[in-house]
Amino acid sequence: MTAFQLAAPAWMIVPIILPLIAGLFCFLFNRRIFAIALTAALANLLGVCILIYQLLFFGPMRCHMGGWQTPIGITLRTDGPALLMLLTTAITGLAVTLYARGYFSYRILNPRHAARHQQQQRYFWPLWMLLLTGLNGLFLSNDIFNLYVTLELIAISAASLAALSGKPASQLAAFRYLLVSLLGSLTYLLGVVFLYRSCGVLDLDLLQNLMQNAPGIRAALALMSIGLLLKTALFPLHFWLPPAHANALAPVSVILSALVVKGSFYLLFRFWFEVFTPIITTSALNFMGTLGAIAIVWGAIQAMRQPRLKLMVAYSTVSQLGYLFIAFPLTRIDGNIHIWGIVIFMAMAHACAKSAMFMVAGTVFLHLGHDRIKDLNGIRANLPITVFAYGIAGVSLMGLPPSGGFIAKWLLLSSALTSSQWWWALVIIVGSLLAMIYVFRVMSHFFVIPEDYAFTKPTPVSPLMEWPALALALISLLLGLAASWPLYILAQGNVVLAQIFPGGLP
Amino acid sequence: MNWGQWLLTAILLSSFIPGIIIFALPEKKHRLRTILNLCGSILKIILILAMDTGIYFGHNFEIRLPIIPGVELLLNGDPLSALFATLSSVLWLLTTIYAVGYLEGSPNRSHFFGYFSLCVTVTIGIALAGNLITFLLFYEMLTLTTYPLIIHRGTKKSLRAGRNYLIYALSGGAVFLFAVVALQTVVGTTDFTGTGFPSTFIDTHATVLSLIFVLLIIGVGVKAALVPLHGWLPQAMVAPAPVSALLHAVAVVKAGAFGILRIVLDVYGPQNLLLLGVLPLLATVASITILYGSLRALQQDDLKRRLAFSTISQVSYIALGISLIDQPLAVIGGLVHLVHQGLMKITLFFCAGNLAETLGIHRISEMDGVARRMPLTMAAFSIGALGMIGIPPTVGFVSKWYLGLGALAAGNWWVVFILAVSSLLNACYFLPILIRAWFGKQQGSWPEEQYLGRFETRLMLLAPPLITAFIVMAAGVVANAQISPLAWVRFIVREYGL
Repeated sequence: MTAFQLAAPAWMIVPIILPLIAGLFCFLFNRRIFAIALTAALANLLGVCILIYQLLFFGPMRCHMGGWQTPIGITLRTDGPALLMLLTTAITGLAVTLYARGYFSYRILNPRHAARHQQQQRYFWPLWMLLLTGLNGLFLSNDIFNLYVTLELIAISAASLAALSGKPASQLAAFRYLLVSLLGSLTYLLGVVFLYRSCGVLDLDLLQNLMQNAPGIRAALALMSIGLLLKTALFPLHFWLPPAHANALAPVSVILSALVVKGSFYLLFRFWFEVFTPIITTSALNFMGTLGAIAIVWGAIQAMRQPRLKLMVAYSTVSQLGYLFIAFPLTRIDGNIHIWGIVIFMAMAHACAKSAMFMVAGTVFLHLGHDRIKDLNGIRANLPITVFAYGIAGVSLMGLPPSGGFIAKWLLLSSALTSSQWWWALVIIVGSLLAMIYVFRVMSHFFVIPEDYAFTKPTPVSPLMEWPALALALISLLLGLAASWPLYILAQGNVVLAQIFPGGLP
Repeated sequence: MNWGQWLLTAILLSSFIPGIIIFALPEKKHRLRTILNLCGSILKIILILAMDTGIYFGHNFEIRLPIIPGVELLLNGDPLSALFATLSSVLWLLTTIYAVGYLEGSPNRSHFFGYFSLCVTVTIGIALAGNLITFLLFYEMLTLTTYPLIIHRGTKKSLRAGRNYLIYALSGGAVFLFAVVALQTVVGTTDFTGTGFPSTFIDTHATVLSLIFVLLIIGVGVKAALVPLHGWLPQAMVAPAPVSALLHAVAVVKAGAFGILRIVLDVYGPQNLLLLGVLPLLATVASITILYGSLRALQQDDLKRRLAFSTISQVSYIALGISLIDQPLAVIGGLVHLVHQGLMKITLFFCAGNLAETLGIHRISEMDGVARRMPLTMAAFSIGALGMIGIPPTVGFVSKWYLGLGALAAGNWWVVFILAVSSLLNACYFLPILIRAWFGKQQGSWPEEQYLGRFETRLMLLAPPLITAFIVMAAGVVANAQISPLAWVRFIVREYGL
């Protein structure tokens, strides 16, 4: 019976197995698919909560699958960053599940394409569950080959999801997305081969101890990083992201933008700052920071110029991802304790805010039949909650207090100034200003109700489409006020971070 | 939580909760909306008066909410915050009454009043902020909550004004954020202490701290409309009259001026600033703003634009007074002008709104003989205008008297000169309006005359300016009494030990 105790490491399997089984059921059964997916999403959230409970009371854990020890067996492990990413995925995932239900039901109401929309829904659920499996696996795995498998699973299910809408533009974008993803995975795999050749192990902990400045390891680092950067869409490798994210169905855009890019980023960050740390040079960190800075500005400028809402939101993702990379050069400072805090905060806040925004864009698109920004006037009268959600999500993207984005930017700014690298601070400030411009460009259209506006009421949108967006937006806003909780979770088992909370949670 | 903390929370919630409920109310329920608004604002005044009493008797009001190490939200009621909070809450009640009358029958009122309540919540938050981080939080939220009010009419012109407002305000906010982080990095805290950070930092970081001071002043200077950061204010005139009144007298411009006070008195502290020697810079900027605003006001024919430039000029008296920090009398003059300018300017804007709403008058050249049609409104307007010029016994005289005494005591002849020239200019741009209105002869019919009720206009539009005009006179007459803005400001200055 030990396996069922709360302290058992075996709980780690739950977030991986559960969505996988649910995905299979979704394939097999024809009815009640939504119920299956919703149950899985809820159970997944519960499982993650149990893992967090374990972390808080028993510390970070290792789970050796099937009882086989490393280097033979497969290891899963939990720690602060992994669990926070899992939690973000679980919460966003639950919201997306609800939203997708409302979205598909609304589309099926349209008699012209009902059959096609039914078909899309039929494929959406199993693919989404598979993607969730892959993401959870990625955050939990402690083995570079296993990680490759999860990357591949994510790549294939994500590309299939992107192709669901069936329009030629989205087919093309999804195909390009698939190719880029596969290229990324293969480059990563090549890196794994180099690493295995040099070190002879696959487990991250063992690799960490074997790290040395050898040519094979350097090549492995380069290959793996390029593969992951391609998937994360860091400038200038972002070319595939806006079309793929903007042309997909709304729930798919949410998943791709909020979760999938974070997965590969998380991995990259973990490699750089936990595994390969000894061989990372300052110039490499500065290089990443520079690319991040260019991404912030370039993505924001592109977002300002987009005629369509979904494209604007997609380019905003390119810009926001840049902030994650600005954190790189700020790590090599004595006494900098915030590095995981910065990226995890940024990732969490962005995941929630960006999902909310894509949900809003999808709702507006469905409601009006288009998402041309200049013709959005008056939508506030019909979709007040949705517009409110957009505004709150925008506050977080702009990094205004008290949002989670603000805390992340505060930490970035204070690290930059503490380490006398004020130029990064300037980039962050400029980036926020540009974000304000593109967020408010849309907002001003939302807010205005023209004099001659007719309060036409097409089919009212389902509350399932409006409330999840608002809930996520509120989470991203309130994340700033509750910032000490994620930091406390991060501090578990982290020697440096633990110094912040000598006396427990404040 | 002790009762003081409950009180602070209740003060914030007394307008926040009505605001949220109003958003959810259907458009048609205007009576319920009005009741909610009035109950909220009256409750808020009572709570704030209770806080004032507590502060007077030395009670410490404080709520601390740690966010992450080094960042905490801190609400703190001290005499200075009481001054601003009382001013805002009283003027909010009057503006609410005025707005109900002004917007009668117009669309989107639940949206308007929702943001109106949020805006006041945020302004009170600024008043109660106990450190720069909390101040920044509310300062940015003030931008976000006032924006929908400025673009409320939804016309092209108002959208452009709103966009410019955002660009100015959010850029200022970004500079402010940068400066706050920098200050936190150097000094380690941004709490409002009453004496500023330890002066040992001056020895080690003098240049950086001077630079941060300049950035902080730029950050709040955007809202305080210091030249050359004033560009948004005249454009924001397209907003409905109650919003203009709110922006100029209570919320936005005042938040900027209040920020300057906080930075000078609490973040840096008088001693440190005298050591750094950056205050003459602030005094210069304030003086330029005073003269520039007055000169531009002279050229305007649009009544609201003239009032807007007058605001730019008048608000800088506060900055000018505080920049003579070693002269308690000048500081008193600056601080008390925070209240006095609010009372006078809100009167003027109420009256301008009445003219526009009742007679369709927007330009000064249309105002000939208007006092015969609307005598009460113009009487209130005249009191406000005479106050702005600084004629006794209005409150404007009290402010200028103290500022002048302070400047004389410091031997600062150029400040006296600025005050004199500015008063002259004030007279030049206000007196012609009064002469036109009272002694001019009506030219043809009014642009768009409406008959609104038994009085010269709707009672809800007429009462607020009469009340504020009465206070403008009364507070000037009883300035030396136990309970007056001046008495409270003296209390503040004593508390700061100046």
